[in-house]
Amino acid sequence: MKTRFLRAAALATATLLPLAIAGNALAQEIKSIRIGAVAPKTGPLAGGAAMTQWPNVRLWVDQTNKAGGIMLSSIGKRVPVELIEYDDRTNNEDTVKAVERLATQDKADFIIAPYATGANLAAAPVFAKYGYPQLAVNSVTDRGPELGKRWPNSFWMLGGGTEMTTDQVRMLKKLQSDGKIGDTVAMSFVADGFGLDMANGARKALKDAGFKVVYDKSYPLGTQDLSPIINEVKALNPDVFLAFSYPPDTFGLTEQARIAGFNPKVFHTGVGTPFPDYRDRFGAATVEGVMGTGGWDPSTPRMQAYIEAHKALNGKEPDGWASSVTYASLEILTQAIERVGSLDRKAVIKELQTGRFDTVLGDFKFRNNIREQPWAVGQWQGGVFRAVAPHDKQGAVEPVMKPAWQ
Amino acid sequence: MLFLILFTSLLLGGAYALMAMGLTLQYGVARIMNLSIGETLVGAAFAAFWLQTQAQVGPLWGLLVITPAAFVLNWLIYRHLLTPLVRRAKNRGMLEVDSILATFGLLFILQGVMLALFGGNYYSYSYFSEPVELFGHTFALNRIVAFAVAAAVALALYLGLNRTRTGTAVRAVSVDPVAAGLVAIDVARTSALAFAIGGALTACGGALLSMFLTFNASMGVVFTTKALIIVIMGGVGDPRGAVIAALLLALAETTVATLVDPGLTLAATYGLFVLILLFRPQGIMGRRTA
Repeated sequence: MKTRFLRAAALATATLLPLAIAGNALAQEIKSIRIGAVAPKTGPLAGGAAMTQWPNVRLWVDQTNKAGGIMLSSIGKRVPVELIEYDDRTNNEDTVKAVERLATQDKADFIIAPYATGANLAAAPVFAKYGYPQLAVNSVTDRGPELGKRWPNSFWMLGGGTEMTTDQVRMLKKLQSDGKIGDTVAMSFVADGFGLDMANGARKALKDAGFKVVYDKSYPLGTQDLSPIINEVKALNPDVFLAFSYPPDTFGLTEQARIAGFNPKVFHTGVGTPFPDYRDRFGAATVEGVMGTGGWDPSTPRMQAYIEAHKALNGKEPDGWASSVTYASLEILTQAIERVGSLDRKAVIKELQTGRFDTVLGDFKFRNNIREQPWAVGQWQGGVFRAVAPHDKQGAVEPVMKPAWQ
Repeated sequence: MLFLILFTSLLLGGAYALMAMGLTLQYGVARIMNLSIGETLVGAAFAAFWLQTQAQVGPLWGLLVITPAAFVLNWLIYRHLLTPLVRRAKNRGMLEVDSILATFGLLFILQGVMLALFGGNYYSYSYFSEPVELFGHTFALNRIVAFAVAAAVALALYLGLNRTRTGTAVRAVSVDPVAAGLVAIDVARTSALAFAIGGALTACGGALLSMFLTFNASMGVVFTTKALIIVIMGGVGDPRGAVIAALLLALAETTVATLVDPGLTLAATYGLFVLILLFRPQGIMGRRTA
């Protein structure tokens, strides 16, 4: 009899207590802005996320809270942010579950967009369902404009395969008409989201521009021995080598090309090329002239300040592609919230769609929910990765011909 | 072209072989299907990386530290984590299931430790990465060195298993643990020894691979899958089978990548696997079970 009573009491307390606490919280004033973050900490993409996603999230939280928090004019004071992190184990199912949980259980005020194209596409309906803005950075997709129309809360900041490879081929075309390169191109790509997207774009753009594609083959994700690819391509002796690879393959292809003495005039590898680790692994002299997907303009004072702050907090430089864009997406979020002055997500989304923002990338505005003219290609020049395409965008530098491997 | 394919696959196969020999000893002799073998390999790669970049000890000298350390660690794992499972298992099937579950857990522990120590970043370093000219083709020196060391280790293992008393005991346990016990072989000790040697071999393979591969803490499962395929193809419990299967696999991958399409290497791997399972289900060197 006694135990049954105890059990009933325990059950009642367990059910009612959370309600009581929740009721209490409503009555209290806002103590912190809860920011949800989900990205891989384990799994195949953990390496990429550890370079471009997490360090920038940490930097933003650190800087925001050192400044006292985000200014909410509706309550007339600065409120610090509180980060809730989840590891999605590079599994889109887990990403969706984590976003769902952040929205319903953790009652996050805002959620930082997840890492990688697939995860962002998978989570987009959930962001839309709960009305959270999704500032998707680490995703390369041609469908940005279409997605932005379907889910007006979603914003796509890194560009798409077609647009980026078109800019890349425009740059190559200019090199060709300047008489610096011939017209043969070899293309190798990883048989996965990024590689396929970029290769499809590049194939069409190269054909339209009149280049001769002498090699056009994929390799499976996680390929350990890339020497057969380099050997075959070397025998074809192309002017341009374009690889749309993931970090381990980027390192592997570079290593093999150097060993085999494969010296095309343009040597381009994919994700991972702009990582400072890439330069440190081979040495600045070796990677001189290597092109890679991405690019940034590290010369502006804002960018310099960002690089210094990133180094101070994370102990390493940001990469020359998505890092600064990830950081900019968080700057944009802060500014949108401050202009709205409250945690009204609907109003914040409206502000994101229409407002102009002052970011590390410069003056920034979304058009149809996408970033206009994202960087497509960068190149290692004197130990610094700099944007070379689109070659007519402000901040681009003149591409140099790659010298033979050192 | 033929030489290029043969030599490239030989270099690739050498690295596969060490890891597969490790797994085949652990599974064939100690009867432990070790799912955390990939993590052992990646752990050794991290150790080699750390030694090279922090302590300025090259991976070849590093092997002298890494291999014994892996041996001791695997001995301890077998003694304290897996022996209770061996004791309570009523038959081989039960031990297999239990050991798969236990080492599956171990996989996450090892991965978690590496993530805590090194984070999710990619790691690689330069060591012997110079071109070597052989019969008109260029190869990376580090791959040749890795292959030479792998071959030496494999040879030492082969001699050890066939020419020494302990090696004979190990082979006896692999054939029949009960009968081995009847002829006064300490089965528990021999199993622990085989498990520890298996771990040491895998670690050796990891340190060698780290000389030319880019790796991160989450990559172990890629190697576990490959080792599993090789062991099943080669015949469980026979290191010779593991070596042959590793070379075959590498040959298939390189040939397809060079002559057909690099996109089809996975298909070649699994195609070969299916063929062997269809026509020789006990594996290349495996004995048909009665």
